[in-house]
Amino acid sequence: MTNALRIQDLTVEYKTRRGVARAVDRVQLSLEENRTLGLAGESGCGKSTLGRAIMRLVPHPGQVAGGNIYINIDDDIPCKKGDIPKGEVDITGLNEEQMRVLRGKEIAYIFQDPMTSLNPMLTIGNHFIQMIQAHNPEIEKEEALDRGKEVLEGLGILPERVTDYPHQFSGGMRQRVMIGLGMVLRPRLLISDEPTTSLDVIVEAQILEQMAELKKTFNLTMILITHNLGVLAQTADDIAIMYCGRIVELASTENLFEAPQHPYAQALLLSVPDVTKPNKKLVWIPGAPPDLVDPIPGCMFNPRCPMAMDICKTQVPPLIESETGGLVACHLYGGK
Amino acid sequence: MALIEAKNIKMYFPVQRGFIDSLFKGETTFVRAIDDVSLQIEKGETLGLAGESGSGKTTMGRLCVRLLKPTEGQIIYDGEDIGKIKGKELRLLRRRLQFTFQDPTSSLNPRLSVGNAIADALKFQRLGTPAERKEKAEEVLEKVGLSPASSFYDRLPHQLSGGQKQRVVFGRAIIMEPEFVVTDEPVAMVDVSIKAQLLELMLDLKKDLDLTYLFISHDLATARHVCDRIAIMYLGRVIELGDRNQVYENPLHPYTVGLIGAIPVPDPKARRSEAIPPGEIPSPINPPSGCRFHPRCPKCMEKCKTEDPEFREVDTGHSVACHLF
Repeated sequence: MTNALRIQDLTVEYKTRRGVARAVDRVQLSLEENRTLGLAGESGCGKSTLGRAIMRLVPHPGQVAGGNIYINIDDDIPCKKGDIPKGEVDITGLNEEQMRVLRGKEIAYIFQDPMTSLNPMLTIGNHFIQMIQAHNPEIEKEEALDRGKEVLEGLGILPERVTDYPHQFSGGMRQRVMIGLGMVLRPRLLISDEPTTSLDVIVEAQILEQMAELKKTFNLTMILITHNLGVLAQTADDIAIMYCGRIVELASTENLFEAPQHPYAQALLLSVPDVTKPNKKLVWIPGAPPDLVDPIPGCMFNPRCPMAMDICKTQVPPLIESETGGLVACHLYGGK
Repeated sequence: MALIEAKNIKMYFPVQRGFIDSLFKGETTFVRAIDDVSLQIEKGETLGLAGESGSGKTTMGRLCVRLLKPTEGQIIYDGEDIGKIKGKELRLLRRRLQFTFQDPTSSLNPRLSVGNAIADALKFQRLGTPAERKEKAEEVLEKVGLSPASSFYDRLPHQLSGGQKQRVVFGRAIIMEPEFVVTDEPVAMVDVSIKAQLLELMLDLKKDLDLTYLFISHDLATARHVCDRIAIMYLGRVIELGDRNQVYENPLHPYTVGLIGAIPVPDPKARRSEAIPPGEIPSPINPPSGCRFHPRCPKCMEKCKTEDPEFREVDTGHSVACHLF
């Protein structure tokens, strides 16, 4: 299996008035083709920043401070400012024009908030035409529109609604349009950031089902960023749990839910309410994550960790292979 | 006897129109946010009110504490119709009925220290001297787990985490030692790792102060953990009501079945057994005829399209509004 994405030592920092906050800290990650990776963690853990870094769209004042992001490209891609050769390409070294060509076509991103991501002055059809013509100017309007209609149909939107404006759609429908725009160019890698968070459970379930269907038809590799572990249990193949900018555990979905290794992952899973288990005693994690501007030495989780040892306070645990075949960054498992 | 009883409540909001429209187009249209709901809330229980956005659950909560006056129907509290209370009596009533709003960040004044935010509740009720109010507010801060109170009293909301802000909101609700509190999505905005902590705080406060809760939530998984009984709302109606075990283990209304089936289960081996209802919740301005759920219902019959099903008890304490039962 080839890797659709390989990330090496990626660090992203935000320069704030109070100092530098390291939102993503030396992340290593690789993702095989056609799999869905769930990126989970609490707010502020860096999951959205990591997703945006893969698009090279980290918002100001953030910047990639180090590391490489490799994606796989099937064919040479022509570009005005230097063609992009096929094979594994390090996108941190590309120029803006080259990135523009890749975005949407090779890597697409579905933003969190569909209300603010669509242009209120454009019909839904125009969104699709612009999206397609930006990458393939030779495609006629009619054909672009047809492609848009086809994707929308797969998401449960009637094709004749392409002449409507965003405000004429409900929240769930707008989110579907966003997903359609992300998928219409058949990117290799689709990153979706909390695609269903603001939606009601029924609409959420409908959309997740349709996304899974389209993922199969389009052969997509997907990264699903969400804080909702229930959603990931139902959709992801693998899950990476992030804490304070670091990946603390990466495992297949089955293994993570069956036998979480990292104490943070264990506690997080115990805190999720489960409608099928009314007698589950919900636990919580005492304390709060440390301030990223003033990080603590050692494992970032140590002040909240029930198993913390002396070594946890001084040394950052490396990400090593776990007993369940995944990866874990915890000194409890360093003995081998 | 029920602590609060809602009798055939209707709450219609007029649809805003432009000036020209209001001159030339005849009658005003209404959003039927609540359309004929009767509910009883027993003393000491936690009643959950669940449903999708737009189902009217927040409006129902506001009606129960007289933040809104119903268009029709009565809310009886302590033998009195609270819709008719005015002036000083209403102010005294507010001491016993409290409401916590959905978003703790926007329900706290960013320029007011959290201690004063809590103490001000007493000021508006013209209770105590400033020193007494401060002492009482500190006591409440400790009670909601913001301890030591002296270090939290002067902080501004932006210096607190989301969970701590939610605690302040609880503190402000309980300082009056109310009998009944409506909590609107109290844990929707906090991270899952501290959700359980806040729910536990709610239950502790309930025990300490002998509270009755109306717990409004769209998150049925959380509601199952805290509520004694649960009412499911759809488009301004309560369509199912029962003991939580009855509703979750033996849901009757096809909408409840779909809603519970759609909740993502944090277990990769669990598979969805029920089909997801198609479509979305229709507009409450022109609700469908007959049963309001019929256009989306997998078990829709001819009768459902024309006849509004009656809300009736089918098992002890378990009521449903559906022609199937």
